[in-house]
Formats: sequence, C-alpha cells, structure tokens
Amino acid sequence: MAIIERPSTELEVSITPSVVVPSTTLGNLRRPVQSTGWKSWLFTVDHKKIGIMYGVFAMIFFIIGGVEALLMRLQLAAPDGKALSADLYNQMFTMHGTTMVFLFAMPMAAAFANYFLPLQIGARDVAFPRMNALGLWFLVVGGLVLNAAWFLGGAADGGWFMYAPNSGPVFSPSNGVDFWTLGLQIAGLGSLIGSINLIVTVLNMRAPGMTMMKLPVFTWMILVVQFLLVFSLPVITVALVLLMFQRSFGATFFDVAQGADPLLWQHLFWIFGHPEVYVLILPAFGIISEVLPTFSRKPLFGYPFVVFSGAAIGFVGFGVWAHHMFAAGLGPVSVAVFSIATMAIAIPTGVKIFNWTLTMWGGKIWFTTAMKFAIGLVVLFTIGGLSGVTHSVAPSDTQQTDTYYIVAHFHYVLFGGMVFGLFSGFYYWWPKMFGKMLNERLGSWNFWLMFIGMNMTFGPMHILGLQGQPRRMYVWTEARAGEGFFNFGFWNLISSIGSFVLALSVLLFLINVVQTARKGKQAPLDPWDARTLEWITTSPPKEHNFDRIPTVHHLDEFFHRKYVEDEATHTMKAIATGEEIVRNEEANAESHIHLPSASYWPLVLAIGVGVLGLGVLYGVPIMVLGAAIVLLSSFGWVMEPSVAEDSDYDPPAGGTSKELASHG
Amino acid sequence: MADTAVHAAHDVGHGAHVTSTGLSNNKLAMWLFLGSECLLFGGLISTYMLYRGRVANGPHPNQIYDIPFTSVSSFVLLMSSLTMVLAVSAAQRRNDQQTNLWLTVTALLGATFVGGQVYEFTAFYREGLGFTTSLFSSSFYTLTGFHGVHVTVGVIMLLVTRSIIQKNRVTGDKAESVEIVGLYWHFVDVVWIIIFTLVYLIPA
Repeated sequence: MAIIERPSTELEVSITPSVVVPSTTLGNLRRPVQSTGWKSWLFTVDHKKIGIMYGVFAMIFFIIGGVEALLMRLQLAAPDGKALSADLYNQMFTMHGTTMVFLFAMPMAAAFANYFLPLQIGARDVAFPRMNALGLWFLVVGGLVLNAAWFLGGAADGGWFMYAPNSGPVFSPSNGVDFWTLGLQIAGLGSLIGSINLIVTVLNMRAPGMTMMKLPVFTWMILVVQFLLVFSLPVITVALVLLMFQRSFGATFFDVAQGADPLLWQHLFWIFGHPEVYVLILPAFGIISEVLPTFSRKPLFGYPFVVFSGAAIGFVGFGVWAHHMFAAGLGPVSVAVFSIATMAIAIPTGVKIFNWTLTMWGGKIWFTTAMKFAIGLVVLFTIGGLSGVTHSVAPSDTQQTDTYYIVAHFHYVLFGGMVFGLFSGFYYWWPKMFGKMLNERLGSWNFWLMFIGMNMTFGPMHILGLQGQPRRMYVWTEARAGEGFFNFGFWNLISSIGSFVLALSVLLFLINVVQTARKGKQAPLDPWDARTLEWITTSPPKEHNFDRIPTVHHLDEFFHRKYVEDEATHTMKAIATGEEIVRNEEANAESHIHLPSASYWPLVLAIGVGVLGLGVLYGVPIMVLGAAIVLLSSFGWVMEPSVAEDSDYDPPAGGTSKELASHG
Repeated sequence: MADTAVHAAHDVGHGAHVTSTGLSNNKLAMWLFLGSECLLFGGLISTYMLYRGRVANGPHPNQIYDIPFTSVSSFVLLMSSLTMVLAVSAAQRRNDQQTNLWLTVTALLGATFVGGQVYEFTAFYREGLGFTTSLFSSSFYTLTGFHGVHVTVGVIMLLVTRSIIQKNRVTGDKAESVEIVGLYWHFVDVVWIIIFTLVYLIPA
C-alpha cells in the first residue's frame, strides 16, 4: 500500500520482506500493509480501489433494485395480479426507490467521482484518504442495515419519501421503517464525509496551473453535487432523527392527535429531496460533458456556460422543494413562488441541452457506445425535462400528483438521464479503469435494447397517468381498465414487457463485463483520443496516479499536448500521440513519492456505527458494544499518522534509488 | 483528523503543504462541516419554533424555564469561548504550557455547562415535562439535547487535543490543530446564543 515509488519493479521481490517494518497503529497492533489480496481492498485508502468498490456495491444494488422493479411490473402486467400481496408490493416500491436513489445512483456517482476526480485534477489521492474509506464503509453498512429488514420482519413500506405520520407505528407496525431510518442515517453520514472530502480535494489539491476554470466539467459537476450534499443531508438527518425518536422512544413529533403538523416531515424531506434530484443528475451531466466533446472531436461548446449553469441548477435547486407539495394545501402565495422558481430551473438546464447539441453540431461524430448513451441522455432527459415543466404549473400538477404521469416523468430524467449518463461513463472510462476495452458490439446491443426498453416501460406511463392510474396502486381490474387507446390493460402490458427488455440490456452489460475481464482486448493508452488529465497516465493508473505531477496550461490539457493549431490553416495538427506523452511522463518520473498508508480504522469504525445503530432496535447492551467499538477505533484513528512514518520508508541497505519498495 | 497525506518527499518534515487555495485541508474541511451543521441546527430549531406552543396537557415553557439559571450557564459557555481564544493565541506563540492550561479551562467551562444542562433536564422532568409529554417537550429536549451532545463532543476534542499536545503526538501543525478545535467550539457557542434567544428569551 504505502509505497515509495521508484520506477522499476524488478527488484521488488528481493527487498520487500526484510526492509519494511510497519509502525504500530494502536497498542502493539501493526498497520495493515498488504498490497494484494482481500486485505488490500478492505483496508485500502487508495481512491481508485475505493472507487471500484463503490461501483461494485452500487451495481449489486442496481440489480437488487431492478429485480424489485421487475416484480412490480409482473404484478401490474395483467388484471388482478397475483405476483405480490398488497403488503409486499408496498415494500417493493419503497425499497425500489430507496435502493435506486441511495444505494445505486449516489454510490455509482461516488464511484466515478472517487476514481476520476483526483485523476482529472492531477492529484495523487484525495485530501483525506482514510475519511474516503470511511465514507464507503458507512455506505455499505447503511445499505446492509436498510436491507436487513427484509429478513427481520419486513422491509420499509411507506414509499421512498416516507411521509410521516403515515410512516409512524400505527400504519407501519413492522420494524422496516426503523431499519430504513437507521440505514439512511448511516449512509447519509458516509455521504457527508465523502462530500466534504471531495470539496477539499477539488479546491486544494489541483495540479499546478489547474485553475477553477480549467477544471474538467465532470469535476465541476461533482463539486456542485458535493456542495448540495453538504447542505441538504443534515436536513434529512433531522427528519430521520425525529422519526426515529418517535418510533423508538415515544416522541410526539408526528402525532397528529397531539396537534402535530403533517407538513413538517414533507418540508424537511423535500428540502433535502429536491437538491437530491440534482445530486443524482449532475454527475451524469458531467460525464456526458466529457464524452460528447471527445467523440465529436470538438471542444465543449461554451464551457463557462455549462459550468455556471450547473452551479445555477445547484443553487436554485435549494429553492424549489415545495413543488413536490402543491397538492398539500400550502396556500396560493407559496405555490406561486415555488411554481415560478421551478420554471426558472428549466433555464440553466435548457442552456446545457443547447451546449451539448452545439458541441455535436459540425463535429466529426464517432458513434461509440459511450457516445450513443450520451446522445440518448440528451434526448431522453429533454423529454423528461419537458414533462417536468408541466409539473411546475401548479394547476396542472394538481391533476398529475400521485399518478403514473409523475412516475413517467422522473424515470425519464433518472433512468433516461442519470442511468444513461452512468452507462456512457462505463463505456468511456472502462479502458482507463481496467486497461481493457468493453466490447463495442455488445455495447451497441446494450444501448439499443436499453433505449427501446426504457421508452417502452416509461413512455406508456404518461398515458396511464393522464388517464388517472394512481401511483403505488398494487392491482387493477379489467372492469375499470377502460377502452380504446386509453385502455389500462394494454399500456400496462407494454410497460411490463419493456421492463424485461431493460433487464435484458443490463444483463448484456454484465455479460460484456465478464467477457471483457476474461478475454477483453488490451486497451491502447488513449483509445478515444481523449482530452483530459486522467488519460495522461497508464491504464489502469499506477497506485500513485502520475509519475510526474502534470503542469496545466490549458483547458483540455491532454488534448493540447497532442495537438497544436496550425497558424496558416487554422486546423489542429497532431504533434504527439497520447502514448508518446504517457511514455514521456514515465521517463521523467519523480522519485520517492509518499502515499497515504492503509488503515484498519475506517472499516472498524463503520462496523461500530452499524452495531450502535442496531442497538437502537435491539437494546442497550448492543448499543454499548457499538459505542465501545466506535470509541476504540476513533482513538486508533487519531493516534495513527495517516502517512506511515518516514522510518517505514527507509530505502534498503545498499539499495539504489530505483526500486519500488512496497509494504508487505 | 489530521489526515492530509499526499505529498512528495521533499515536503516531509517541513510541515505546511502547499494547497491550491492556501487554506489548509483540515481547516477547510472543518468550515464545510460547520456549514453543514448550520443546516442541522436550522432543521432542529425550525421544528422547535413550530411546536413550542403546543404543550397538550404538559407544562408550558413559561412555567418551567428558569431564566436566571440558564443565563448563568450561558455565561459560562460564552466565557469558554474567551478561554478558547486564549488557548489558540498561546498555541500560536508556541507556548505549550499555556495552551494546555487554557484548553483545560475551556473544557472545564464546557463541562460545567453540560452539567448545568443535566441539572436543568432533571428539574424539568420532576416538574412533569417528560420527553414524550408534548410536542413542545419532544422538540425542546431534542434541540437542546443535540446541542448538549455537541458541547460534550467538543469537551472530548479539547481533552484529546490537550493530551496529544502533552505527549507531543500532534501529527500536523500544532497551532492549527488547536485553532480548528476552536472553530468547532466557537460554532457550538454561537448556536447556543441563537438557541438561548429563541428558546428561552422570546416568550412562546
């Protein structure tokens, strides 16, 4: 893990065991030093390994959440569905929403952010590597707690926004909601830690010359997202704490008989919940802002506009939450204000759509799978955005609230927007992360099936919703299905078939991943003729990311190292290949690089917090045990220097400065 | 906490690393954390303000608040900010002994405040204001309890800082570590000023 980097690896075997004496971390316990095997993953603080683990975790939950969705679509495919009981159906849609938002979308964005953000700004790691690991493990523990409910008396069943008092003990008697509040608090803590870490990283650890206006757009969008998280997560934390106190300790916050206000939860939830929407979509915007220019062979059209409209979306995103509550009776003034603010958000979003379109305009477009997904996002998100504008008109929204029209809208922006963006990112960055190319033919199938499946699944929901099919309805009958074009039965069936097409497309992706891992083609160092700093190093990047910290002179630095403008013809002329540039960096490697050292404590601390949380449900002794673990690991953490002491790095006796000395 | 880590070897031993903004990573992180905390207390305070008059059959705030007592404990907490400043100043003058002294005094003042809060909660409970009594009681205990926990965490941070300074095990810049703990401490104080005004001084 912690290594002193010296370019050649040949001598590693001969020197490693004898020279490295890891310092102690707590008492006589030695620091973890493995650089291979499972321990090197569990205790790692390397942002790339952490990023990959975020990705694996998110993908597992994508599949779980997807299966939940398929079960719901099975239930609704035909009249009088028998696949699920009403109670189980409630749990399915609650956990589908919760899983997709908190355990798939956010972690997958975190995966890309963790992996690529330091690479894009020319840093060797994040600002707080151990905290980075802690964020991951909090998320894992939170996800496990959330889903443990399935086996311990039934999952949460109040819908993903869990309106209180509906989620109180009267209407949700099982422990599901308790696991839900605990799991989200723990996962939220992880996100908060992660977001503070990433903000500090972007602001403070940029390579020389990398000014804010030379940051790649992906990094910019991630930065905006982290600010959204820092200021919105505490608000949902308050809501979760209140609900937990009510359910576990008898507090009265949502007890209407005592005079509680049912709007309290709604406000607290949506003050978080609306910024959260942008937390989900902005990373995807960032990804395609990298992909579209690369495959259009043009710089991003209007870089500052894309950046500032992203920031504007983030800013205004805090002032529109009540448009989720137009049907709650807020009064005309509030409704009017939030209605107008919501319409205003369409402006910066529209700016982005135009920027992407004009980026492609006149470009030499290369239709790779990544590019197809990116274009898919632009198209589908625009559709979802337009139905979103119809919600901002309060009278119209009052008709649409809690119908399938809403479901159609947010799946167009989240599936058509976010998921397509993330898949674009998979195909674009896979060769960077793993050194192998995903199969483009399978990728193309993946894209088209997903595109068709997505429109088949969610398109009909517009019609169903306008026809009045309520959201969260667990069964429908032939007698009330209606006739002709607006027949419930027909559109529900189409939607259900579409969902299986979607599932097939995801399956193809997984097959593609497995095939690539087994016998994928070795990726060239610069397969896409890319533009940003992450490509200026090997694929996958070395543990220390860059052999030499790049000095940045341009936006799209890597591109400008490959091409210069020919004065006479005003065309770009290639002066070096990506491969040559990377080799040149290797030849001029810096020596003696200290990296942060692995640590047990992030994992142990996260487990301790999980145990502490379960103590709320299972009694004080468990709580005490959890608190003890937390205390012990906090002390271990504080007393352990984040970078192993210099003596750990001492070059072996007689060694030259050319070896790679690696712990263990 | 002190966790900044990635640097080339020539930085080692020189303490300060160069950051893009010139602010240290740790300090920036603390500011961001405090920004987040503002929203946490914002949510709790809003909940209290919404529910402060809703007492059901329980005691009304005006009946149970002991303003003189709470004023004294508020004064104690405010004074702890002064001693915190003295600790930071001593740390910047690299006077370990003075730093430790003022850190200890600050921790003691903080602990006194927490003690006062425990006393106050006990007294309220005896007068019939349980956690589950009314909307007012639940939101009062939650808000002030969260603040109390923050002060307690602050006291632990002060004592830990003091002990690692004494054992000479501070990994980063010593003065800065004290300053960062100070930022947190002042924040907790400022929040109390708001809580004291809104909860105790303005009649429900």
